[in-house]
Amino acid sequence: MITFDRVTVRYTEDGPPPLRDVTLTVEEGELCLVAGRTGAGKSTLLRAINGLVPHFTGGTLHGSVTVDGRATRRHPPRDLADVVGVVGQDPLAGFVTDTVEEELAYGMEQLSLPPAMMRKRVEETLDLLGIAELRDRPLRTLSGGQQQRVAIGAVLTSHPRVLVLDEPTSALDPTAAEDVLAAVTRLVHDLGVTVVLAEHRLERVMQYADRLLYLPGDGRVVNGPPATVLAGVELAPPLVELGRLAGWDPLPLSVRDARRRAAQLRGRLADAAPPAPTPAPEPTTALSARKIVVRYPGTVAVAGVDLDLQVGQVVALMGRNGSGKSSLLWAVQGSGPRQGGAVRVTGSTGAVVDPESLPAHQARRQVGLVPQTPGDLLYLETVDGECHQADQETEAAAGTCRALLDQLTPGLPGDRHPRDLSEGQRLALALAVQLTAAPPVVLLDEPTRGLDYLAKQQFVSLVRGLAAAGRSVVVATHDVELVAALADRVIVMADGEIVADGSTAEVMLASPAFAPQVAKVLAPAPWLTVGQVAAALVAEREPA
Amino acid sequence: MTDAAVGSSPTVDRWSARWSAWRLPRGLHPGAWWLWALGLATAASHTTNPLGLTLLVAVTALVVIQRRGHAPWALAFRMYVWLGVVIVAMRVVFRIVLGGGQGEHVLVRLPEIPLPEWAAGIRLFGPVAAEQVLGGFYDGLRLATMLICLGAANALANPKRLLKAVPGALYAVGTAVVVALSVAPQLVESVLRVRRARRLRGASGRGMRAFRGVALPVLADALDRSLALAAAMDSRGYGRTAAVPAGQRTVTGTLVLGGLLGVCAGTYGLLDTTGPGYLGLPLLLAGLAAAVGGMLLAGRRVRRSRYRPDRWQLAELLVAGCGIAAAGLMVLAGTVDPERLYPPVSPLTWPELTPLLLLAVAVAAVPAWLAPPPTPIPKDRA
Repeated sequence: MITFDRVTVRYTEDGPPPLRDVTLTVEEGELCLVAGRTGAGKSTLLRAINGLVPHFTGGTLHGSVTVDGRATRRHPPRDLADVVGVVGQDPLAGFVTDTVEEELAYGMEQLSLPPAMMRKRVEETLDLLGIAELRDRPLRTLSGGQQQRVAIGAVLTSHPRVLVLDEPTSALDPTAAEDVLAAVTRLVHDLGVTVVLAEHRLERVMQYADRLLYLPGDGRVVNGPPATVLAGVELAPPLVELGRLAGWDPLPLSVRDARRRAAQLRGRLADAAPPAPTPAPEPTTALSARKIVVRYPGTVAVAGVDLDLQVGQVVALMGRNGSGKSSLLWAVQGSGPRQGGAVRVTGSTGAVVDPESLPAHQARRQVGLVPQTPGDLLYLETVDGECHQADQETEAAAGTCRALLDQLTPGLPGDRHPRDLSEGQRLALALAVQLTAAPPVVLLDEPTRGLDYLAKQQFVSLVRGLAAAGRSVVVATHDVELVAALADRVIVMADGEIVADGSTAEVMLASPAFAPQVAKVLAPAPWLTVGQVAAALVAEREPA
Repeated sequence: MTDAAVGSSPTVDRWSARWSAWRLPRGLHPGAWWLWALGLATAASHTTNPLGLTLLVAVTALVVIQRRGHAPWALAFRMYVWLGVVIVAMRVVFRIVLGGGQGEHVLVRLPEIPLPEWAAGIRLFGPVAAEQVLGGFYDGLRLATMLICLGAANALANPKRLLKAVPGALYAVGTAVVVALSVAPQLVESVLRVRRARRLRGASGRGMRAFRGVALPVLADALDRSLALAAAMDSRGYGRTAAVPAGQRTVTGTLVLGGLLGVCAGTYGLLDTTGPGYLGLPLLLAGLAAAVGGMLLAGRRVRRSRYRPDRWQLAELLVAGCGIAAAGLMVLAGTVDPERLYPPVSPLTWPELTPLLLLAVAVAAVPAWLAPPPTPIPKDRA
């Protein structure tokens, strides 16, 4: 269906090519997963399929890409619209019209299909993706998962043979992501659509994939069945790591696979127990918020929430999109709206203050917040410029910010433009800028969006380092595996209220929706991460 | 008798069937509402009779309330009414502040502010006469009524659907406008987001540095988003054109460009009375014909179909007709009885209605029942 024949893509003459001499074939009806580190060329590969590379992005493409017998060399993307449907990472950015029904029809209008057929296909697609009740809704009022399904529907109405999805679930909460992936697998199984899908969180999709294209980052593409390819990959989802640890072959791709093979492992671990979380010697409260209320016209975002943060503790804040996580963080920091309640922060000097009553440049010395899009904090041309500015703003000694940045990610070139950094590097820079003010409390709003496994691992050690230095950290996130490896305490919010608050093991093992994969495989024993299991296995071997 | 009964009953059935089909809720073609509203605005521009104008506003409001949908723009009518009130108030206030001293019925004497020599002829405050206030009120009311009529069109017809009805050659322009309309709220959103983020870095949010701190990320954001949109539109087939031979393309271009030039020259000739006669109307018409021809040709190049297009049916014809008839009747009333359509303020008289004016208003009100009802509220928003 899709053939790459000795494809090399270059954006600049002297830079390394994102794709080098790639030859591969994706058969009809396959679900093909594309994985690799940030910046390894996943988007380039996806965009080459419908000719956006190089027709739209520029650069040069050697070799040939053929889709359903049509070469992208001679067919620009618009002429491939009836064969390839492309859905981007941010569905809202790709919407052309303003209601669901018109958006579904837009592609067909461009293909000049007869009105009767358009009408029929719109109805079919609404049903296929389960969005019939949204048909008259303005696109901007939909939730993230709904928007993503509408975006998929909008390309499906043209009946493409190939569907290309670039990280369709990266912004979604676990349930919404499940909905979208369920819709995608249904398309593969019921309609025989060929799907090419890029995804960072492999644990969500690898069990459905027929083929895995792994981009190591040097321009090569490793092509094969997921279990085989993952065996040679340096960092992989927890299930695969667990499989390697236990020596399973082939590697398990779903919780079901792993659980059926894990009987022996469970036996070996029967006597061991995961290390109990080491409680702080004497918990000191760094921040205490009482009866926080945030209201927006027509909704109550946060409904009288109490929150206590301890020194040296990492708290994960979870809950579906729109459950009030961001509003709570912003209200606690003092920059966001807050209609009721009080916040008390014990600063490094011992004085107790409410950050909302302080001017902005002093509030950030009490509570530092890194927003969902960390790039919003940055506005200068170079990394050095940002660091210098951060030192000046906070009256810190020159070089403070740069030193912090080097602790977080060593060796970031100072003359680089912040927009050219990878997601992880940009997050580190924004975090360094906020840490320059030395706040005792640090709040991070969905920091791991778009981070690959390696970057996430670095992020975990970075945050643990902050906590060890006596800071209190809150991380709002959807990523269950990250929480298992990172947090001491988990708070779950729903509809503006806290519905669960307890130690990571308590909260995560209590419900399947929040359980990490390792816990699902080894239940009922309370294991959360591969690291815990590995440590226990080593301990078991030593006395023997 | 039996024959008559047999003969009449199917006819009655057919008519009742047609009537119920007519009553099916649907959105009227936006063009029909605009024609109706423009007709009403024209009618309003032909009178200063406060009774007639008030009736026109009442009729407009009645039709809007009866036939508007549930979309956000439908609520804009209230805003237009308030704008109208502001216009009337402004007119009256200006007359009081800067009013000449005409009129015998002085209501109140304000202290006059003496102005220097060079401002002779302008008077600040001074005596306020009833005639002067009333004149301002009549004038303001006329302008406000015209504005409210246009507001009604905005509330009744989806402005974006009107853009969808443009001819094929202007399709690209229509798409650009729709995209621009949807980008504006996104821009506001990202300005708010970045300003909030700037506060996190301790910026006060004022001054040149703050402007730079907000403008750069917002612009970068807007640029990213437009690139993403352009890529999405390209990959969804926007701009697919039928293969056109080079010769035809040249012909189309020449026709459109030449035609538009002709229109410009013709308009100039028409307004400039000293020029030769052939430069006026004939050139204008020829230019117009050439431009329209070119656009029709270009429209054939655009190969696309429309999903659920608004169709021009009998109801549309009647609604538009009502507006045009109202305008016509008002013009007629003006020629028959100009005194009553422009009631004099001096001497002060009570304005009176004429039968033709009343008829015009009545005709304008008919769409409140004639137009099909709007589609009901979707269940999930009820």
